[in-house]
Amino acid sequence: MIPATFDYAAPQSLEEAFSLLEQHGDEAKILAGGHSLIPMMKLRFASPEFLIDINNIPGLSYIKEEDGYLKIGAMTRESELETSKVIHAKYPIFLDATKLIADPQVRNMGTLGGNLAHGDAANDHPALMMAMRAEVVISSAEGHRAVPIDEFFYGFYMTAVQPNEILTEIRIPVPGPGTGNAYHKLERKVGDYATAGAAVQITLDQQGVCTYAGIGLTNVNPTPMRAARSEEVLVGHKPDAERIELAGQYASEDCSPSSDLRGDEEYKRAMVKVLTKRMITKAIERAHSKG
Amino acid sequence: MKKEITISVNGEKHTLEVEPRTLLVHVIREHLRLTGTHIGCDTSSCGACTVLLNGKSVKSCTILAVQANGKEVSTVEGMATADGLHPLQEGFKENHGLHCGFCTPGMLMRAAELLENNPNPTEEEIRWGISGNLCRCTGYNNIVKAIQYAGAKMRGEETPSTEPEFV
Repeated sequence: MIPATFDYAAPQSLEEAFSLLEQHGDEAKILAGGHSLIPMMKLRFASPEFLIDINNIPGLSYIKEEDGYLKIGAMTRESELETSKVIHAKYPIFLDATKLIADPQVRNMGTLGGNLAHGDAANDHPALMMAMRAEVVISSAEGHRAVPIDEFFYGFYMTAVQPNEILTEIRIPVPGPGTGNAYHKLERKVGDYATAGAAVQITLDQQGVCTYAGIGLTNVNPTPMRAARSEEVLVGHKPDAERIELAGQYASEDCSPSSDLRGDEEYKRAMVKVLTKRMITKAIERAHSKG
Repeated sequence: MKKEITISVNGEKHTLEVEPRTLLVHVIREHLRLTGTHIGCDTSSCGACTVLLNGKSVKSCTILAVQANGKEVSTVEGMATADGLHPLQEGFKENHGLHCGFCTPGMLMRAAELLENNPNPTEEEIRWGISGNLCRCTGYNNIVKAIQYAGAKMRGEETPSTEPEFV
């Protein structure tokens, strides 16, 4: 399978990329890791006239804590998340997720920025970003703007990134003490999209009362989904078995999965409940183990 | 419309003109006639097209040739040297790591990066490490053994002399 004809440029700087975007408007697509876009182009589901390859632009790949945020450059590969010391020390949720994203070769190419900018509720990182209440930095010739993750996903393959803009950075508030997070997805085989997935971040105070809950769901809604009622039932309380059960129940009620080859709607709702409960429990365990 | 690219393949530089839509695997197989790299699923699932791009294993059916411009590509043809087979190739041979052989070049290239990053992987790490490569013949057990054999040899240890497992 070969994509339809297109023209291609590999700018060496963001400024050059912005001017190409200016020139080609919405005929152009940004090429990051390419492991969502190129398959779509090969299947002719997408046929952009111009590809702007941002892989050669320096300075878009980094993982660092700064100004109260974990800052991740948009072109950071999944495999770099897997081996990062900062991630290993404080953000195990990324290790949970990356292990289940595609396979090692795809993770050598796939980027965090691309995973989000693709705007697909079947991708895994959107749920993580919801759980951690990330901000996405979007850049253009005019400057930068930071968009909260809750305002980032507009619809199927549609995000806040406008035709003249490029997603350049992801900012995650550095979690306070007593925080744990976890992600799991149910998949039929390696490399499959999630049948359902749940990302959870929990912060507990000294008394074990939940002061923060973030819960994001994968592939059970037209857009990446925050399980808001599930979060509310936890915050301000000690997350006992009853509340965790209720959080799972609410998530399964509030999502909107479609029946497909991975399972019918009822099954997916049941899996959302199980996964949400398990990930809350795991996040709490991790919160305790870190003190 | 065509773009001029220069890629180094197994240490040899090639300059060629390609359409931007040309996939890296097509350049390797058709332009350079290095047909050791296979096309299996053509959807980045099976791993038969795995090559190293600047030392990282990637699926060349899902990378544009223009993306490899200025980079180094390694294929299975570059594995053996004048001194003989690469330890991985030897491992696959000794342990019956292949039956039909279609997945083998991709397995070898993937395993090469795996051992580069982790010279002494556990069995589980090997299985996760080759999770992007499908084999429909062996049931994987002998592939895992082949990689363990190569790991031992590359670490300068005695190679395990296990009986191959027929499944």
